[in-house]
Amino acid sequence: MLKYIALKGLLAILVAFTASLAAFLLLNVASDPAQAIAGEDATPDVVETIRIRYGLDRPVYERYLSWLAGVATGDFGESYYWHKPVAELVADRADETLTLALSALFVTILIAVPLGALAGLNPNSWIDRAALGVAVSAQAIPNFWLGLIMIILFAVMIPIFPVSGDNTWYHFVLPAIVLGASSVPAVMRLTRTGLIEVMGADYIRTARAKGFRGNALLRRHALRNAILPVISVLAVQLGQKFGGSVITESIFAINGLGRLALESILGADIPTVQMLIFVFAIVFVAMNLLADILNAALDPRIRIG
Amino acid sequence: MTDVQITQTTAAPQAETEGLSPGQELRQRMLGHTGFLIGAGLITLVVLIAIFAPLLAPHDPYAQSLANRMLPPIWQEGGSADYLLGTDQNGRDYLSRLIYGTRISVTIGIGAATIGLLIGVTFGVLAGYFGGWVDHVISFLLTAQLALPGLLLAMALVFIIGPSIWVVIGIVGVLHWTYYLVVTRSATQRLRSLDFVAASAASGASAPQIILHEILPNLIPQIIVIFTFELGISILAELSLSFLGVGIQPPTPSWGLMIAEGKQAMFFRPWLVILPGICLFLLVIGANLMGDGLRDITSPEGRNG
Repeated sequence: MLKYIALKGLLAILVAFTASLAAFLLLNVASDPAQAIAGEDATPDVVETIRIRYGLDRPVYERYLSWLAGVATGDFGESYYWHKPVAELVADRADETLTLALSALFVTILIAVPLGALAGLNPNSWIDRAALGVAVSAQAIPNFWLGLIMIILFAVMIPIFPVSGDNTWYHFVLPAIVLGASSVPAVMRLTRTGLIEVMGADYIRTARAKGFRGNALLRRHALRNAILPVISVLAVQLGQKFGGSVITESIFAINGLGRLALESILGADIPTVQMLIFVFAIVFVAMNLLADILNAALDPRIRIG
Repeated sequence: MTDVQITQTTAAPQAETEGLSPGQELRQRMLGHTGFLIGAGLITLVVLIAIFAPLLAPHDPYAQSLANRMLPPIWQEGGSADYLLGTDQNGRDYLSRLIYGTRISVTIGIGAATIGLLIGVTFGVLAGYFGGWVDHVISFLLTAQLALPGLLLAMALVFIIGPSIWVVIGIVGVLHWTYYLVVTRSATQRLRSLDFVAASAASGASAPQIILHEILPNLIPQIIVIFTFELGISILAELSLSFLGVGIQPPTPSWGLMIAEGKQAMFFRPWLVILPGICLFLLVIGANLMGDGLRDITSPEGRNG
């Protein structure tokens, strides 16, 4: 088991660095960052000055290596825009995004698991069809539009929740619903199929054939088995919530990492963008690793094979 | 990835399809699938609107009129039959802008989904056919791509390269190939072990010949299914980019941009936000229903059921 975790962990770190390299290359080779910082109307000598000032005249591989060396010591460079160490900026804002991501996950579980369970226990019933309808519709609604509709609803018609800011937990209700809604279809469908599979499994059929009548008990056991794969998918979804925070935070004026990302992109602040991409990638691989470990811990076939 | 096959009870009974040619059978199954018909109908409608936009639009979508700013839709007080869905901040006819907006969405959807297809299918077939280290390298790339926060990277790239419709298409396409890869890889692995491929190899066909003549034609149904889903996903991605200001630029009529522009006035004129959202919802749900339907229709289980 330990060997399995170590191997998966090593792979995860490798993946995160490959992702950071890809992002670094794309950001630096696809176009001229010095030009982007200076703006479109800048004269060539201004662009040249900026290029030298930020060390952008060095070859890309050299810059990536020095970035890597910095990362090893926790130094992610200095923000072009805020003129502060990037690591400090990110640390200041991480709280908000973590709160948002966790509360969004909570909303997902609250909606998707009961809905999926109801659908899975009554396949092809009207409940199943209604749940499927919810899933199909939720997939087609863009996150930011749902957010705006919520704001219109709750600011004008039923003003119970604040529509912007991040001072109290109350402020996180609407953003959590918006961000949480995006994971509902996937988690719901998985709960549904998991339950259908388990309810059709041999041991349940045998129990039924033998005349076992405890339907409530049966369902509770089935749900417990069906929920195992859902837990690991939730871990993966939590990882995606960080990347998904960009839109939700900008709509609800939450001062977290997503908003920092948007601001630093609009300010051509490449070191901040680069660190955020790296942090989001790390969170993503860490959550996937957690999902793998959970799977292995729960299912001996993976652990041994 | 977590999408799950939904059993369709509406599929044509076996007795009716017996003795039909494959083409006739396919047509019958398409006509018997409600979801597919609705989805295909919506997509056809939107594509027709995009093609015939100049004939359908009552006004020039770019023509500004200071006298007619922010007119409400016809069903509200102060609406006029000249501007059925009202006008925006610059007095431009909203209906005409929505009609021309289909062109942007359709172009981006088809363009980006095609680029993703080329990358994903190439990787998927190579990984599935050759296996071994090729498969390992490609699977590693897949994991790294999944770890990257797609929207964030897309925003940064569009901003640095400079926003234009072609840049948006290219970047959205380059970041959306994983779904094609996952599906074509496993399908190729399965096909590779079948007798007709072995026969082709035994008769002296080279690897490129086998891939082109034996493998690819058999992947087409699955590729079409994913393409349909990716249409919706790419269109949503463009919308998010345009909404955040790093996609299609004004004054081009893009639904995402229209929502962003309407946001300032949404408390008093919510239709500016709601109308483009509904258009988008119908288009994306059309793509998803058509994809679900095609998957049911082309899968072997659907064929027998």
